Amino acid sequence: MKTDTVTANTTLKLPDLDKVLDALGAWVLAIVWISPLLFAAWAALQPSGTVLGLDFSNPLTFENFVYVWGAVPWGGYFTNTVILVTLILAGQLVLCTLAGFAFARFEFKGRDTVFILVLLQLFILPEVLIVENYAIVSKLGLFDTALGIGLPYMASAFGIFLLRQAFKSVPIELEEAARIEGCSWMGVLWKVYVPAAKPVYLAYALVSIATHWNNFLWPLIVTNSPETRPLTVGLSLFGAPETGVDISVISAATIMTIAPLLMAFLIFQRQFIQAFLRAGIR
Amino acid sequence: MNEMARLQKRRLALYGWMLAAPALALMSLFAFYPAIATFWHSLFSRGTSRRPSVFAGFENYGDLFADPTFWTVATNNLIYAGVTIPVSIIFALVMALWANAHIPARSFVRSAYFTPTILPMIAAANLWLFFYTPDLGVIDQITGFFGASPTNWLGQPETALASVIIVTIWKEAGFFMIFYLAALQTIPPDLHEAARIEGAGRWTYTRRVLLPLLMPTTIFVFVNAMINSVKLIDHLFILTKGGPNNASKLILYWIWEMAFAYFDSPHAAAMTILVLLALGLVAVAQFRLVEKRTHYR
Repeated sequence: MKTDTVTANTTLKLPDLDKVLDALGAWVLAIVWISPLLFAAWAALQPSGTVLGLDFSNPLTFENFVYVWGAVPWGGYFTNTVILVTLILAGQLVLCTLAGFAFARFEFKGRDTVFILVLLQLFILPEVLIVENYAIVSKLGLFDTALGIGLPYMASAFGIFLLRQAFKSVPIELEEAARIEGCSWMGVLWKVYVPAAKPVYLAYALVSIATHWNNFLWPLIVTNSPETRPLTVGLSLFGAPETGVDISVISAATIMTIAPLLMAFLIFQRQFIQAFLRAGIR
Repeated sequence: MNEMARLQKRRLALYGWMLAAPALALMSLFAFYPAIATFWHSLFSRGTSRRPSVFAGFENYGDLFADPTFWTVATNNLIYAGVTIPVSIIFALVMALWANAHIPARSFVRSAYFTPTILPMIAAANLWLFFYTPDLGVIDQITGFFGASPTNWLGQPETALASVIIVTIWKEAGFFMIFYLAALQTIPPDLHEAARIEGAGRWTYTRRVLLPLLMPTTIFVFVNAMINSVKLIDHLFILTKGGPNNASKLILYWIWEMAFAYFDSPHAAAMTILVLLALGLVAVAQFRLVEKRTHYR
């Protein structure tokens, strides 16, 4: 053991330089990476109409936020987004749990073929099918409703896949024990499988919330009123450069839009990153 | 006894179908049916109030291929994919190595890389507007300080696509980092130790040990990046609207424009089918790769 410490001491110099360079590189990249956000936060606090020289002498002001809040029904957009995200998540949890359970624990003819079809949906993006999905949603009378925005995302292939994996890793003995105590299939699902997959549910929920909070193209197409429009669509209508709104005001609107999710992220950082990690491993 | 087992098996099969049915129904309604319907509609001409739409065979596809915009948009998207995919992957890998190293303020670094991932693309575009605005934007302020004249980054054909590409890389690199981070954490530290004892330098270790071990992750990230290069177009709505003169127009944006701005859904449908074919090829390639890997195991 003694020789170990000696070698460690003699080679101390070289890895140190490496480490310093590593840290330096990592920090510089980190600062570059969040600089757009920092600049926007700073710009949002500048008096509107001032030339945005990198001039730090101007007094900071909240007038942009006050103006933006008054100019657009943000409260409504915010509520719409929350309703939309909740609705999609609820639908996904129910549908994907049932389907994931079916694919994990039941044998039926054609199961594997159907499962490959499900996986294929990972590649048939809802975003690409906008033309036809728009027609379908309109025919169902769901144009400009939260359900119309949410329905195409509820049977998520990704969710089914994740939960199937999670359910498959549950030891069959647990299920048999519950069976002996007289649980029905639904009882087994609810009392054994769902609790065992809790971390996967959390991970999937966070990913789903972040995805649909940020989704834009599809909601843009199937909404046309402030009563259903989510935040992203509201922001795009507000922030278009040709409206002549200046950059301080756009920054304030942007900061307001991203603030809730950003704050949630900063508070639950660890869980968020863990969630994305878990959802990504397959 | 045998009879009962058979009955039981049948009942289980029925349960299985019943459990999967709601999800399969919705999936058919919003993925499989529309994919087929899109193909069907791409075979018909555009109907007007005076001339109803008629069966036109592959005419819409012919129109697309004859349209110079198609070739511009397809080339743009190839460039978009060709740059964003490798560059984001390299950034992601470097970020993951750093975010996994023992450096001070590591959690800050990690969050900084990851933050763009949780922002809407629309918001990201607004943030970058602040960088790209001619004369007043951050980039021109900096280059202006060194005496360069202001540049209309988003307004000139030479730089519009590049500006859009940078935003995409910024947005997705941190997301891909997460997958590399996860993979790095499963690599036993003894390996590094062993390589060091063998006298392998850092670069050799990275190239000969780390990169091969990270290969499955790279494939996964690559496929995701490929899908993203079709999907991530929201920022065009804010930054360039595909302009100037189609210089930064990407396929999905063009589909949206044809269908919802010019109300020409037959051509939009034909374009959609071409995209689906491309995505289908990616899917087949990935399934093949995954299959190979499982055989290997």
